[in-house]
Amino acid sequence: MKNEMNLQFSALSQNESFARVTVAAFIAQLDPNMDELTEIKTVVSEAVTNAIIHGYENDPSGIVYIQVIIEDSLIDMTIKDVGLGIADVEEARQPLFTTKPDLERSGMGFTIMENFMDEVEVHSQPGSGTEIRLRKHLKLNKMLCN
Amino acid sequence: MSLNIELETKHDVLCIRLSGELDHHTADDLREQATAVIEKNNIRHIVLNLEQLSFMDSSGLGVILGRYKQIKQVHGEMVVCAISPAIQRLFDMSGLFKIIKMEPTEEFALQRLGVA
Repeated sequence: MKNEMNLQFSALSQNESFARVTVAAFIAQLDPNMDELTEIKTVVSEAVTNAIIHGYENDPSGIVYIQVIIEDSLIDMTIKDVGLGIADVEEARQPLFTTKPDLERSGMGFTIMENFMDEVEVHSQPGSGTEIRLRKHLKLNKMLCN
Repeated sequence: MSLNIELETKHDVLCIRLSGELDHHTADDLREQATAVIEKNNIRHIVLNLEQLSFMDSSGLGVILGRYKQIKQVHGEMVVCAISPAIQRLFDMSGLFKIIKMEPTEEFALQRLGVA
């Protein structure tokens, strides 16, 4: 059965924990294991932080959008901003690459998303925003045991 | 859930004990507090105790790397201890273990730096 959730909130850093906890609560119905839950929370945190810092440059009037669709064991998330956009997506996805080293950004956000998810798609247009689509199949250990 | 930061100076070693969640929102607080103590107490080494840290993302890696760079200027070392498997994966991914040492407990970490 397909189940969808949509969330939108101000680009404020205090909403990063709200976002990852809310997504984790939604996918809890698929009975993920602890590792999977941590991975999902971490990638949500990475994508939302990118939207706030890079997409909106900490302007709280910006809105971050999250859509999560679950179907069987598949989690399909889209995290979107309508902010500045990324000029060179390939460069942005390189490990340790950051445009904001002065803010002590590690440049590991996309690398973590790629490691923790099955698929990561980045669509971005300078001036109109960035959309990150993240997909992951859960292992569903418990169903196999039944 | 927020971040609780406990800072204790032992000689020229700063013990940073974190509990809660280290993300972009809470990283600023850690940077400000740790930087102030490192400068004021002439800190050379850092022991980072992550036993009670329940969540961390790449913003945490950034602030940890920032403090490493700070003590590297005075030829200090950083030792991380009691790290969870989930957070250890982030350290592995970023290559931080090439420059930051790992010990199972704070006691071992302090011994390594000669202040236990």
